Amino acid sequence: MIRLEKRTAPSRFWTYAAPLLAVVLTMVCGALVFAALGNDPFVTIRTIFWDPLFSEFSWYYRPQLLIKAAPLVLIAIGLSFGFRAGVWNIGAEGQYILGAICGAAVGLAFYPTESPFIFPLMVMAGALGGWAWAMIPGVLRVRFGTNEILVSLMLVYVAQNLLASMALGALRNPDASGFPGSRNLARYPSATSWINEGAGLHWGVVFALIAVIFAYITLSRHIFGFHVRLSGQSPRAARFAGVNPGLLVLICMGISGTLAGLAGLFEVAGPSGLISIDFNAGYGFTAIIVAFLGRLHPVGILLAAGLMALTYIGGEIAQSNLRLPAAAIQVLQGMLLFFLLAVDVLTHYRIRLTARGVA
Amino acid sequence: MMDLSAINPILLLASLMVAATPILLAAIGELVVERAGVLNLGVEGMMITGAVCGFIVTINAGSPLLGFAGAALGGALLALVFGVLTQVLLSNQVATGLALTLFGLGFAALLGQGYIGIKAPVIPKWPVPVLSDIPVIGPILFNHDPVVYLGIAIIASVWAFLGYSRAGLILRAVGENHDAAHALGYHVIRVRLLAIMFGGACAGLGGAYLSLVRVPQWTEGLTAGAGWIALAIVVFASWRPWRLLLGAYLFGGVTVLQLNLQAAGMAIPVAYLSMAPYLATILVLVMMRAGRAPGSLAQSFHASR
Repeated sequence: MIRLEKRTAPSRFWTYAAPLLAVVLTMVCGALVFAALGNDPFVTIRTIFWDPLFSEFSWYYRPQLLIKAAPLVLIAIGLSFGFRAGVWNIGAEGQYILGAICGAAVGLAFYPTESPFIFPLMVMAGALGGWAWAMIPGVLRVRFGTNEILVSLMLVYVAQNLLASMALGALRNPDASGFPGSRNLARYPSATSWINEGAGLHWGVVFALIAVIFAYITLSRHIFGFHVRLSGQSPRAARFAGVNPGLLVLICMGISGTLAGLAGLFEVAGPSGLISIDFNAGYGFTAIIVAFLGRLHPVGILLAAGLMALTYIGGEIAQSNLRLPAAAIQVLQGMLLFFLLAVDVLTHYRIRLTARGVA
Repeated sequence: MMDLSAINPILLLASLMVAATPILLAAIGELVVERAGVLNLGVEGMMITGAVCGFIVTINAGSPLLGFAGAALGGALLALVFGVLTQVLLSNQVATGLALTLFGLGFAALLGQGYIGIKAPVIPKWPVPVLSDIPVIGPILFNHDPVVYLGIAIIASVWAFLGYSRAGLILRAVGENHDAAHALGYHVIRVRLLAIMFGGACAGLGGAYLSLVRVPQWTEGLTAGAGWIALAIVVFASWRPWRLLLGAYLFGGVTVLQLNLQAAGMAIPVAYLSMAPYLATILVLVMMRAGRAPGSLAQSFHASR
């Protein structure tokens, strides 16, 4: 009979091996799904996980990886603080939209003036927009004990409707009649977030790396990081250590909202270029997978975002070359999270085979 | 120009009952799951899987009855994945529930590929004899399709089950204190797995009601947050079945009123009116002082011996 025995401390080996095992299991199961859809499983897996990096067209795909990974890293780093402390901000997608709307609004207000101050102002507005949107569930939880999971999620749908009304109304490009969307910020030199478009480099990539370093230092070296970890593991002990739980909720929500807002701003001023109805592409939700896949650790998140970006780009290649449906990639990403959660049992428990005895 | 006289209050109340049904079904399932001490945030994923399963079975088998059965089965099977992960492999319930939603949305989109743009067959109404002839009350309460009655019947039976049956008592014991329930010899994991599958089946039915009656066709992302609203209504109801009905009707009322105002040409843009149900949900969550949650909610159970 198989029995689980709790380890006294998490296994070091499995902490690192479990995500790898999850990736391998996902590839195997993904191959089965692709085969069931009538695609050659080996070719499909190679197209998704290998071709973006090492095929003859990789010079084109590698910058794309950077573009996809940057918002995922930014959002996931922010989420990891809250997730460690037991603050569940699930509405990063909404904060991402608000960051984009606020940042773009500032940029569009200055059009067509050229000035080096415009972009920094947009960055501030984007961060503020995301922060403010995240403060709603934060304050409601602290003040009224409202569930932040549900409120932050409801606000995603509100944000999507707000986005639609902005794209069709206030921020609509006045020069393009009938086209539902704003002016293209990427074509507006003072407002664009591109540093080098050909290399896939924009300010979001830079900020993502800064966020990783900032998070690493905060979590491992600063007292705030200790309080975050303590609150997640033992709220009671944290109370005795002098942690103010309400303030911690607000700070965690604030960090994740700000970073999600920044991600939205950099996206709208660069890769996406404009505010449109379907501007948001689900980064806020994929970042949840990234945060868990990276074990809520900054370096892990960096690697996980790279892998997730690979499935996005590889998925796009498979879509155009092999006619793989777009939803198949979403299923693959979901499976990855399932397997990760499943193999995690090995980190915290030992599997023992015992003779069946009296229970 | 807005014309409020175009809104017929009797039709409004009747469509309120229809609008509330999918959320009501999903919420009553989740209520049982949470009373057993499990928090499944995957309602949205199970609902949309149910929606697509129900639609596919109905189109291929030509029978909405089989469609609803297929939807319940699909929802329950997806819920079983959640059950195995959280109960057997002891994964974090919040993370696993989110994974279930993300996976369910993709999985449903994949399954539903060939079915976009097809119309579902019309499900006939079942007016209750005699009662449906009562003026005003008749058309509001007793002139609906069978699933509306089924939703209310499920609520009544869950209420009776939880309050007045031995099995319901065991389920509540497992949810309040799983260690004590285990010590008394109850199978915590088995009870929870059954509750989780019931929750999945109900969410599946709710989803199928959306794709077969409310919309009625298959489109990607058709649940549009209904599963999350169901979760909110469980909190609103303080985990009590009849209050759940009230919450669902309140929400259904906001939805229907919003749609009617859109149709009546209200001066507010459509996008802002569409926010109403979500804002109303937040408002309700804030104003309601939620009752006490089941004691072992969202905690993993591992018999340490």
